[in-house]
Amino acid sequence: MGEALPGRDLLPSTRSVAIDSHAINFGPQHPAAHGVLRLILEMDGEVVERADPHIGLLHRGTEKLIEYKTYMQAVPYFDRLDYVSPMCMEHPFALATEKLLGIEVPERAKWIRTLFSEITRVLNHLLNVTTYALDVGAITPALWGFEEREKLMEFYDQASGARLHSNYFRPGGVAKDLPAGLEERIAEWAETFPRFIDDLEGLLTNNRIWKQRTVDIGIISAEDALAWGFSGPPLRASGVPWDLRRSQPYEMYEQLEFDIPVGRNGDCYDRYLMRMGEMRESVKIIRQCLARMKPGPIKVQDRKFSPPTRGEMKKSMEALIHHFKLFTEGYHVPAGATYTTVESPKGEFGVYLVADGTNRPYRCKIRPTGFAFLQAIEKLSKRHMLADAVAIIGSLDVVFGEIDR
Amino acid sequence: MADDLHEAVAALPGVISAAREKGELVVHVASGLLLDLMTTLRDDPRFSFEQMMDLCGVDWPDRSPRFEVVYNLLSVSLNHRIRLHVATDAAIPVPSIHRIWPVATWWEREAWDLYGIVFSDQPDLRRILTDYGFEGHPLRKDFPLTGYVEVRYDEERKQVVYEPVKLTQDFRNFDFLSPWEAMTSLPGDEKAHEGSRGMKP
Repeated sequence: MGEALPGRDLLPSTRSVAIDSHAINFGPQHPAAHGVLRLILEMDGEVVERADPHIGLLHRGTEKLIEYKTYMQAVPYFDRLDYVSPMCMEHPFALATEKLLGIEVPERAKWIRTLFSEITRVLNHLLNVTTYALDVGAITPALWGFEEREKLMEFYDQASGARLHSNYFRPGGVAKDLPAGLEERIAEWAETFPRFIDDLEGLLTNNRIWKQRTVDIGIISAEDALAWGFSGPPLRASGVPWDLRRSQPYEMYEQLEFDIPVGRNGDCYDRYLMRMGEMRESVKIIRQCLARMKPGPIKVQDRKFSPPTRGEMKKSMEALIHHFKLFTEGYHVPAGATYTTVESPKGEFGVYLVADGTNRPYRCKIRPTGFAFLQAIEKLSKRHMLADAVAIIGSLDVVFGEIDR
Repeated sequence: MADDLHEAVAALPGVISAAREKGELVVHVASGLLLDLMTTLRDDPRFSFEQMMDLCGVDWPDRSPRFEVVYNLLSVSLNHRIRLHVATDAAIPVPSIHRIWPVATWWEREAWDLYGIVFSDQPDLRRILTDYGFEGHPLRKDFPLTGYVEVRYDEERKQVVYEPVKLTQDFRNFDFLSPWEAMTSLPGDEKAHEGSRGMKP
């Protein structure tokens, strides 16, 4: 505590502290901080008395940059928010822009978006559950889970051309149609994946050490979870049956059959169980999407919003002009504002988009999910052991690309 | 249900206007009665907005109270949303709602950090996203995209140093707005458009 830390003047220096208490810097370079979290912990022995997260170490000014880009150029910035579930980040921006433009996406595009939203959910939960287990000492889940993630990222690759930063869900539909054979490969994977979840659960769910580390750790009641702005699995773990896919459905979720796991205790263990349950449900949704998808257009056919095909451009002057105008000027979005949300794997992810009638967003506020979770760390980890703070951070599923923007 | 909500909210004290825009309930509110209104919205069973999902600032340099604070509330039990707008400027503080929803603290810190909007009765108004010791409010429209300072590690001084931004190439902000759609009157054409509808002078 004696050495001069950068920003030390920000610590409450007038606080009178007991003799045994001391402050430690958890992060920003700590493997269990899930990125660049600088958590200042005031400790009483090994018990956390006060936790003060310092965020913003990954702040890139995404919202400011988007104000200087056309709507189409803004999409890749969203991939870089929560980089473990990129397509779900693009999704609310695409929906918000479509809402302001007043365009309706063709049915196949909606199915593809639903399908890939769920692939993304599995992708995200696999990363979270396995690294969370790694944080509390289990190495095997991470080794197994990352192999499975690689398969999903191959689907990303085949659909969008990139494993991570896909730039796939664009206002007006999706960037391109699925290549031949991809649907079969996803179906094949969906057959084998439930067995993998069984294996993963075999490692953790009834594991004595895992339960000792997570059960009754970081409990938050339903009232507190609501007041602290929780959403997604951590809110459902506290016993609030709330899922935007069910209660405010978008894309094709209204027509799909799936269950929503809801917990009871609101502890770290329940938050883990929510994610395991959701992965099983996602596989169900993926199967339904594959069964019901039909060939058709994958973006709006209005050339004012979506580019023409290369073949068309070779033959038609008008198509060439449309292409040129779209990729230089972009489309104009009528003045208006909307707050549009999706149920991203982490919870409610929203975009408050203000358009002023030009080709650039006037204001694009991104509502990161983990921002609210991280703020509650102080509440969750108070009077817990230091090692429990690690479990709590893992159970909240924070990613700093999204929180710091 | 939705229309009931609209009418009920419009009748509350402190509400300047309430309207449905693209299916979303948008309410403009006077900042003086904000706290009472927010408490009513949370506690009244007709509204029961248990959650404050988002709070953000918007900068409108042309308007007379320059900033706008936007609150997005969500009711989990009744499944509806509402968006509240409060107008303010850099000098007038907006009452903090962190006693109603504790989650508001960080959002208010963010609005202070990025826009310089002040929240009264907010004990923890530190910067949150920008660097320690940052100056200015970066999301204001008059703050340049490139910023004022850049940071690097100085090998000789063995420390991180801040220097004024030096760009090898000037920042280029292309204006791709089509003259056919965006420019409503071309230079020299003023007389042709005189009195015609939709053309700005």
